[in-house]
Amino acid sequence: MDPVQGRAADPRTFVHLFTCIQSAAICDFPKAVKVVEVGPRDGLQNEKEMVPTGVKIQLIDMLSETGLPVIEATSFVSSKWVPQMADHAEVLKGISLAPHVRYPVLTPNMQGFHAAVDAGATEVAVFGSASETFCKNNINCSIEESFQRFKEIISSAKQAHIPVRGYVSCAVACPYEGHVEPAKVAEVAKRLYELGCYEVSLCDTTGVGTPGSMASMLKCVVKEVPTNALAVHCHDTYGQALANVLIALQMGISVVDSSVAGLGGCPFAKGATGNVSTEDVVYMLNGLGIETGVNLSKVIHAGEFICKALNRSTNSKVAQATLKSETS
Amino acid sequence: MGNVPAAVKHCLSHEALAQEHPWLLRWLVDEKSAAICDFPKAVKVVEVGPRDGLQNEKEMVPTGVKIQLIDMLSETGLPVIEATSFVSSKWVPQMADHAEVLKGISLAPHVRYPVLTPNMQGFHAAVDAGATEVAVFGSASETFCKNNINCSIEESFQRFKEIISSAKQAHIPVRGYVSCAVACPYEGHVEPAKVAEVAKRLYELGCYEVSLCDTTGVGTPGSMASMLKCVVKEVPTNALAVHCHDTYGQALANVLIALQMGISVVDSSVAGLGGCPFAKGATGNVSTEDVVYMLNGLGIETGVNLSKVIHAGEFICKALNRSTNSKVAQATLKSETS
Repeated sequence: MDPVQGRAADPRTFVHLFTCIQSAAICDFPKAVKVVEVGPRDGLQNEKEMVPTGVKIQLIDMLSETGLPVIEATSFVSSKWVPQMADHAEVLKGISLAPHVRYPVLTPNMQGFHAAVDAGATEVAVFGSASETFCKNNINCSIEESFQRFKEIISSAKQAHIPVRGYVSCAVACPYEGHVEPAKVAEVAKRLYELGCYEVSLCDTTGVGTPGSMASMLKCVVKEVPTNALAVHCHDTYGQALANVLIALQMGISVVDSSVAGLGGCPFAKGATGNVSTEDVVYMLNGLGIETGVNLSKVIHAGEFICKALNRSTNSKVAQATLKSETS
Repeated sequence: MGNVPAAVKHCLSHEALAQEHPWLLRWLVDEKSAAICDFPKAVKVVEVGPRDGLQNEKEMVPTGVKIQLIDMLSETGLPVIEATSFVSSKWVPQMADHAEVLKGISLAPHVRYPVLTPNMQGFHAAVDAGATEVAVFGSASETFCKNNINCSIEESFQRFKEIISSAKQAHIPVRGYVSCAVACPYEGHVEPAKVAEVAKRLYELGCYEVSLCDTTGVGTPGSMASMLKCVVKEVPTNALAVHCHDTYGQALANVLIALQMGISVVDSSVAGLGGCPFAKGATGNVSTEDVVYMLNGLGIETGVNLSKVIHAGEFICKALNRSTNSKVAQATLKSETS
């Protein structure tokens, strides 16, 4: 009964109202999203083909022209473990530093941190894990031991006024342990944040996450770490990345990691894809009316360049469609 | 906000409130995630690979291979498999063997096998070949309609009226499609109101279900939601389906938002068969494997056995001498061989 008009309310009104409320919730997106480009590091690190230093520098310089606000340049990891990143100092010293772009570099330990600072690093990143087994296999220590390392790095970084970004790998599942409890992810993320990381990126390392498991994990984490200090790093190994990014946006996340041309395979499913492509993410954000400051054409162009250099095809559907229709 | 009392401003400042009342933040987070995780309990996956998929493949597929593909798909639990199209072989040579295919497949008891019937001639041929369900293809864009089936939207409805009327008499259900539900390759953006109008007409003419097609794959969750918001006001949600193309990688995100809006029928194509005629070499249909993987992860029932779909996809890709468009198949088959 409509109390104002004094007549039975039309049921269609309630359907209409419900539809409006529901679509308001699911279309409640951030006004702006920061896209963090991880292609030169995470992407190339997982490419089989060794990339000449000059090509890496050229890629980063091209990306610096696209409007991307953050470009992860390289990793100061031992060349014994990651030969692809052996030229880290050269790369960092060789790139043209664009004024409005940040160039974080990975620093897995104090040795790497010092080398990074010597090479002129102005931002660093540390890689935590929500899975003990992955931590052991990846950096040869327990989660607790890894935090001792991070504490030292973050403390030194603070003294040098160098911001630190944190990563939590296996935020949904671990290639060895399988499902990872959201509470564990929240605990690790919280520790990184409280230690001093200005931002914590939650990584679906194996790409097995779907919007449901993504939302469950985020629901837990956002109660422990401010939403505006969180990022998602989705892998597209099972094609779920954009849907996962979408639900993360709906949960209020406004920082998304991606890799130009979807560079970077998956070390756990041989030959399968890894990182979600920057082109496809930016396309979606553009379509949603979300500001990124990124020029999509220039990203496609950078992607085209690196794919030629790597002699491989792009993993980006947007690049594929755009470049194909240009040549047809 | 200069004249707004301090107390109100404080209430409106979510962060301040959340700090003072941590329970509020937890409640807001729970409410938000409940709203965005409100999915249907079950979703019907409509397999369009043998028709929409193969129709857009360059390689001509032997009749025997088509039949084998459909028979394999019939074992997967997929409830609907679009088998073929009774369209003139002059226009679509790939579908020239429509009658043979329909007569040759083993009809699984719990599976429906709709076939496209663009006109009365096709409808009669389909019935003669034993069709028990048909589909008609409408458009929300005049230009696309003209270029695709050589008539206006109004004229197309005259054809559909006749087909649907004849189908009704023969107790044959009819599924409707609305192509260019988001954008048209010629006209660009298509108004949601137009899509709603065409969908409503198809539904009121007698289509039991209307599938909304993002023909060019340019849709993103925003344009998808805008379109659906309009259409669900005119057609019952449970009579709607989405048919998303993955040309720009947006398909699964588009399917997700459709599910959040209450849509519970999703079209897809095994191995992501079917290119895009409007972006040469680009991909088209979203792959059934990737859709089912997502639905499984969301705890949504489909009745579909993912392994068997991957297996069917592997078969047709070998036959077509092409690689799969499904990321799930790629990851699964790669890890099996590593």
